[in-house]
Amino acid sequence: MLRVEGVSAGYGSFQALFDVALAVEAGEAVAVIGPNGAGKTSLLRVVSKLIEPRTGTIDFDGHDLAGLGADEVTALGMAHVPEHRRLFAGLTVEENLRMGAFLPAARKQFSTRLEHVYELFPRLAERRDQIAGTLSGGEQQMCAIGRGLMSGPKLLLLDEPSAGLAPVIVQQVFDMVQRIRSEGFTVLIVEQNIQQVLRVVDRAYLLEVGRIKASGAASELLASDDIRRAYIGL
Amino acid sequence: MGRLANLIGLVALLAVPMLGVSDYVLHLGITILIWGFVYTAWSLMGRFGLVSLGHGAFLGIGAYTVTMLWNHAGISPWLGIPVAVALAVLVAVLIGYPCFRFRITGHYFALVTLALGEIVLMLIVALRDWTGGSLGVTPASALSADVSFSLVALQVSSKGVFFYVAVGLWLLGLWVWKRVDSSMARYALEAANEQEDAAASVGVDVTRTKLTITVLSAALTALGGIAYGQYQLYINPETVSGIAKSLEIVFAVIAGGMYVRLGPTFGAAFTLLLAEGLRVAFGHDVHGLDGTIYGLMLVIFIIFMPEGILGRLARLWETRRAPTSPRTASA
Repeated sequence: MLRVEGVSAGYGSFQALFDVALAVEAGEAVAVIGPNGAGKTSLLRVVSKLIEPRTGTIDFDGHDLAGLGADEVTALGMAHVPEHRRLFAGLTVEENLRMGAFLPAARKQFSTRLEHVYELFPRLAERRDQIAGTLSGGEQQMCAIGRGLMSGPKLLLLDEPSAGLAPVIVQQVFDMVQRIRSEGFTVLIVEQNIQQVLRVVDRAYLLEVGRIKASGAASELLASDDIRRAYIGL
Repeated sequence: MGRLANLIGLVALLAVPMLGVSDYVLHLGITILIWGFVYTAWSLMGRFGLVSLGHGAFLGIGAYTVTMLWNHAGISPWLGIPVAVALAVLVAVLIGYPCFRFRITGHYFALVTLALGEIVLMLIVALRDWTGGSLGVTPASALSADVSFSLVALQVSSKGVFFYVAVGLWLLGLWVWKRVDSSMARYALEAANEQEDAAASVGVDVTRTKLTITVLSAALTALGGIAYGQYQLYINPETVSGIAKSLEIVFAVIAGGMYVRLGPTFGAAFTLLLAEGLRVAFGHDVHGLDGTIYGLMLVIFIIFMPEGILGRLARLWETRRAPTSPRTASA
């Protein structure tokens, strides 16, 4: 479904990604793990075309993404739930979800999808009229994921959904990811919380200073001594 | 209440010239309506965080293009207006596109636009052989003792007639505001204003959305400049371009309230009556007094009433009507 090949990208004179290759098949959940500053967020931004790659190709669902803008990529069926959630803080929960269905094709399905999101996250239904900026961190993450689902994506990109949340809430966030998986969504997730994320995905890539250093089944990586020592500290 | 009150208000407004009020009152009315229209045009983008400090440029482009074409080439304003508006749109795109494409937002966007009004002013002054420089220029008059109205020159000596033109223009501004408000573009603009990345990731073409509202705002502002020129039959670079004029727009809108539809118009009435009041009370004896008072009030408004006078009133009204509502007045 997603095929990234030879992608390099950066900001100004700074290069964040070097010759990255990665693939996600339909129905899979794949994680990109790595320490702070490894380029994980840049990788997602380049995939959803929030930034242009310098070299390399990105193919999504049979479309070459070269030259497309972020809005056009969304229209092709990719939803990016950005780092730090980036809710429209002044709007209510339901208005945020409405924004998620901004595209004309999604607007038509607004009410069915809304119902579905509320089913998936009943807490959002309770808080539908609350200003999004006043939600708790976990609820905001829920709202951000819900907003992503409203466009009816084939592929959902999640950027550090556990960042900045209390440990108890982090657990809930991974439960949410699990629930989304079981709904059949294809998910590409970026995380620092390696131990947790490897329990909910099929495969993972290890990114270090802009380069893919290892990849494999989640269970293998979880068992790998190198990764345990370097990142989990066990 | 809404629709009926609007209708009554409009009928009352349209009746004003028939009540035999003095030319001075009519003049105040026309001026408030024209500037109310311009301020409304500014707020179309200003309320979405696209604060332009250079809208004087569009006023100047509008007023001077039409007058120059009429004076030097004999081209009727009927043709001059579309040319002037097109020119304003072109300038808006030249400034707006790179800003939005490269995500120059907030203060940075305001600073980019700051120079714009001044550049147009300097251009007008530099081209003094055509434009009359800082002395200003009068559109070649098609009016005389016998002729009180010229359709070709779009000149009219009766203030009563021009009052209706101004009302029409002002209603156009309010109508555009309402159209924007009830469209998806409003959501897109609010989203782009709050979280540009998130807006793009739900499918908003941020650059195009911002550019559209900027172009719309610039075009209407140019129309306002044209109307002002055709009404006063005298324009001068200081009154239709430059930083001072551009900032005057911003001040009036902040005072009136840019998040409610009538806020900019209220701001126009408020600043104009304030200036007139000061002029009547102190004459021109105390030089710079109005500027000082404006500055002082601007500080007070920004600190204590950032939503403007009308915005504050609207909010008080809302909370009084629905004290338990979790949300306060939106737009």
